[in-house]
Amino acid sequence: MRPFEYTRASDVAEAGRLTGRFIAGGTNLLDLMKLEVETPAKLVDITRLPLRDIEATDDGGLRIGALVSNSDLAADSRIRNDYEVLSRAVLAGASGQLRNKATTGGNLLQRTRCGYFYETSQPCNKRDPGSGCGAIGGFNRIHAILGVSEHCIATHPSDMAVAMRALDAKVETQKADGSTRILALDDFYRLPGDTPDVENALEAGELITGVRLPKPVSGSHRYRKVRDRASYAFALISVAAVVRMDGGTIADARLALGGMAPMPWRDTAVEKALIGQEPSMATFEKAADILLADAKGQGENDFKIPLARRTLKAVLADATKGA
Amino acid sequence: MMTKHVMNEPIGETRLDRNTQGVIGKGVDRYEGKLKVSGKAPYAYEHLIGEDVAYGFVVVGPVGRARVTTIDVERALAEPRVLAVVTGDAIMRSSAQPMSPAGQTMDGEIFHYNQPVALVVAETFEAARSAARLVKVEYEAQDGRYEIESRRGSGRASDTGPMAADTERGDFEKAFAEAEVQFDQTYRTPSYHAAAMEPHASVAKWDGDRLTVWSSCQLLETNIQQIANGVGVEVSKVRLLSPYIGGGFGSKLGIGPDAVLAALGARETGRPVKLALTRQNVFQATSRRGETIQRVRIGLTKAGQITCIGHETETPNSEGEGFFEPSGISTNFLYPGKDRLVTHRVIASDVLMCSAVRAPGEATGMLATECALDELAEQFGIDPVAFRRMNEPEKDPQEDVPFSSRKLLDCIEEGAKRFGWADRPATPGSRREGEWLIGYGMASASRANSLMESSAEIAMSPEGRATVKTAMTDIGTGTYTILQQIAAEMLGLPLDHVDVLLGDTSLPESSGSGGSWGANSAGSSVYVAAEAMIKEFAKRLGVEADGLTLKDGHAIAHNRQIPFSEILKGETLTVTGKIEPGDTADKTNQASYGAHFAEVAVNATTGETRVRRLLMVGAAGRILNEKTATSQCYGGQIWGIGYALEEALVVDPRNGLIVNHDLAEYHVPVQADVPKLDVVLLEERDRYASPLAGKGIGELAIAGVGAAINNAIFNATGARIRCYPVTMDKLLPHLPDEVSAAA
Ligand SMILES: Cc1cc2nc3c(=O)[nH]c(=O)nc-3n(C[C@H](O)[C@H](O)[C@H](O)COP(=O)(O)OP(=O)(O)OC[C@H]3O[C@@H](n4cnc5c(N)ncnc54)[C@H](O)[C@@H]3O)c2cc1C
Ligand code: SF4
Repeated sequence: MRPFEYTRASDVAEAGRLTGRFIAGGTNLLDLMKLEVETPAKLVDITRLPLRDIEATDDGGLRIGALVSNSDLAADSRIRNDYEVLSRAVLAGASGQLRNKATTGGNLLQRTRCGYFYETSQPCNKRDPGSGCGAIGGFNRIHAILGVSEHCIATHPSDMAVAMRALDAKVETQKADGSTRILALDDFYRLPGDTPDVENALEAGELITGVRLPKPVSGSHRYRKVRDRASYAFALISVAAVVRMDGGTIADARLALGGMAPMPWRDTAVEKALIGQEPSMATFEKAADILLADAKGQGENDFKIPLARRTLKAVLADATKGA
Repeated sequence: MMTKHVMNEPIGETRLDRNTQGVIGKGVDRYEGKLKVSGKAPYAYEHLIGEDVAYGFVVVGPVGRARVTTIDVERALAEPRVLAVVTGDAIMRSSAQPMSPAGQTMDGEIFHYNQPVALVVAETFEAARSAARLVKVEYEAQDGRYEIESRRGSGRASDTGPMAADTERGDFEKAFAEAEVQFDQTYRTPSYHAAAMEPHASVAKWDGDRLTVWSSCQLLETNIQQIANGVGVEVSKVRLLSPYIGGGFGSKLGIGPDAVLAALGARETGRPVKLALTRQNVFQATSRRGETIQRVRIGLTKAGQITCIGHETETPNSEGEGFFEPSGISTNFLYPGKDRLVTHRVIASDVLMCSAVRAPGEATGMLATECALDELAEQFGIDPVAFRRMNEPEKDPQEDVPFSSRKLLDCIEEGAKRFGWADRPATPGSRREGEWLIGYGMASASRANSLMESSAEIAMSPEGRATVKTAMTDIGTGTYTILQQIAAEMLGLPLDHVDVLLGDTSLPESSGSGGSWGANSAGSSVYVAAEAMIKEFAKRLGVEADGLTLKDGHAIAHNRQIPFSEILKGETLTVTGKIEPGDTADKTNQASYGAHFAEVAVNATTGETRVRRLLMVGAAGRILNEKTATSQCYGGQIWGIGYALEEALVVDPRNGLIVNHDLAEYHVPVQADVPKLDVVLLEERDRYASPLAGKGIGELAIAGVGAAINNAIFNATGARIRCYPVTMDKLLPHLPDEVSAAA
């Protein structure tokens, strides 16, 4: 770990001007600093900022402060009742201790678990642009099958963000100059292309202040996480689904997937193929075909393609049953 | 006063059998439990708090195989608070092998990825860690051998392994060729890590030419030699302390590279030095269990009677290492067959050295053989329990000697009854609960028993309090507790009248903890010392020792009850006892036995496997403490879940990097993976094994349990996976197409 300067931000307006790396729960950043995967010269501690509330918004949704802990988020009664998929996704992640420390903003920005990203003596375009990609041709069982490039095949590991993507959540930020903006998650995250080191739209000094959830979406909420052990493991594939039935047909479907792409993955074509249809294995199969049309394995992660298909079909079957 | 007992004859009835004090065998709480949960049991790194210590941080060589050309330490030395950078050929490249007098040193080379090459010593841990990145290691990379699959057949037979590389009887090849039924399958187990909770850590302090080291070590007698040789001093100048150990699982049988590095750093700086390996160091710079490729061939009669058995293992190790994973160890005696062949070949490799990890041999070998037995039972259409009953040898089929005790079939029958084995789905893949496919599986367990030389002192104070002293270690298994119980039972003292001191080389030499021999060996030395003390009591009272009953601090003889204080007459009485293995080890085959039963649920959609219940029935001679023994078995069952479903150390075949070198990515079972565990220990006394009539138990529990789980997966799905761990990617192709019953 390299020596670094430490300051504490005392108000939101000031945080971005302190020109350093924000630290919230530290559960990801500190691990990476110990390994020198991340080497910030200065840390700006944002944990004293007043961003720990979940408030109702004018449009009937909720605003989650960037510093709301994962534990508090999952336990909030409004989240549990109206955004069940989010509560379930958060609880499927990490461990109790980690969730107590981890924050909403930090969770969105957590970095990949690719083993080569973590090992500084190995090539990695994300950590060290231009050095190559250790995972291609290496141990890539946990890597992505969609949205990748020849420069990087890493996944985004968050569970929380997958549910947020299904819920059309938006990220609220404040730039260093004090201006604010609101970004939908698909505009917030970036695919690797030839700059896998750029993972999102944030500019230097831009602080996530909160996440906005639109008004609740009714329907069956499901979060299914497939992993190598029953707890404390990242998703190999996860599916967040909110599906509403009307009579015998699917009236609305929102689907996002984790563990398969460099960002929480959502494909509206898949949803279109479902809406207005009667639930059946054939319909689900067609949806999976659309989802996985461009999926490509790297060898060890080939199994994720059938796994994603099977999991998606099972989640859809479950979410539409009894209709 | 020193008394020795050589185990040449079976032991008769003892005071432990009489159980007058009533404490032996009882599931009493841990002797050091309160200290541990209240933070008062110092682990290696926690010594010398408040003293003027310096801190070390290891610099590693970030390449698979190379010759080091230069190590530039100038920039690191120029950093504030940095005291020294230790370099040189003496740096150990990994842990030492358990029984070798010294660890392997680097000698200017990098033998495996992220091997230690230097140590930075600074005023603070942070300063040392920060300066470590400034040490520049220049090297010439060389070609390395990072996997064994492509080099099968190139292995050599090592004569310095944990058992003979080859054991043969009759003519296996001929018998197999002529067998009515031939079974020939190959199984693979991956590399594993011990993954003990406490990282390897050492604190070293010099006083003139005398060195004191606190380190997390299992076998102090050999460890002290390894330290002395590593540092270049006489053994007599070194004192090693290891009072509490946060798990070893074999990885602390030999010293870690930290012990010598800390001592060298302390010598160079003139300050005591503390060094804890990082989790990444532990995974990459200590030791691992080698992956195995095991070919199992079994010849049988048409009726299913085993006539010959062959078990050939290929496994790696690094240059200069004679150790091999002895996967065939239990195949030597577990099943019958006139013609037998067990071989082990070591394939040279440039990955971290391979050494003992919990139950070396059985843990991997029985993942193969117990799966093979299940395959055969299926093939013959015979229940796996009945199949084992049909194939129970009467005596050791390799050495032709009797078993000292063997309750394998009792364990299997008892287990089958308790588990409800009769409800096992008759056809694989036939039982379904919603999305889950349900299956039952079972496996035998066996673990070779050994008794080692060990000694202990008992000092009885004038007030009648006993202190047991031995350089034995307690690696979290309960050694303190059982030694207290043995002394209390033998001497007729309430438990709280016995203190136990362990983990210090200034105490009598001991076997240490390893190979599940600790309780039997160290326990027997306490037994022998206690017998000596009783004899002295009898002499002082003018009675025969046999006629003397001891209870609650009183000697009872000829209808008189005399408090110990009266016998001791104001003086402390000190005796030392020593146990040595003897003829009974050759005259009999000694092993612990058990049976594992598993119920699993395999998700028909995803292939995720969840273990629903595990039952182990074991027989390991006298159980000294029901609670600690049972806990050992729980540990084995949990490891079995890991071996069946999760654990695998992944080595990148291109460069030798151990990719998953932390506990986030090297998966061991977590609480949610572990169902209700049941353990039943049968009554047994093995009078050939030791004066305690007990046998090793810790490692018995891991033997076979992974195979029971895998066999249950077969019963659930019909898929036979011969490459561990059985993860979803391997199961998916075998699962039903139509995914959801819910649809
Ligand atoms: C062993 C382990 C297992 C885990 N398992 C899972 C899992 O199964 N599923 C899962 O989803 N997660 C898992 N996690 C990850 C965990 O969820 C994240 O580490 C955590 O959410 C990060 O939050 P934090 O507040 O600690 O972030 P920090 O570590 O403090 O910060 C992470 C990043 O976000 C930046 N940042 C933080 N807050 C802001 C802000 N307000 N504005 C701008 N930038 C900001 C920081 O600069 C840093 O780059 C696991 C972590 C560990 C260590
Ligand atoms: S997959 Fe991405 S993160 Fe992993 S090594 Fe390649 S470039 Fe780096």
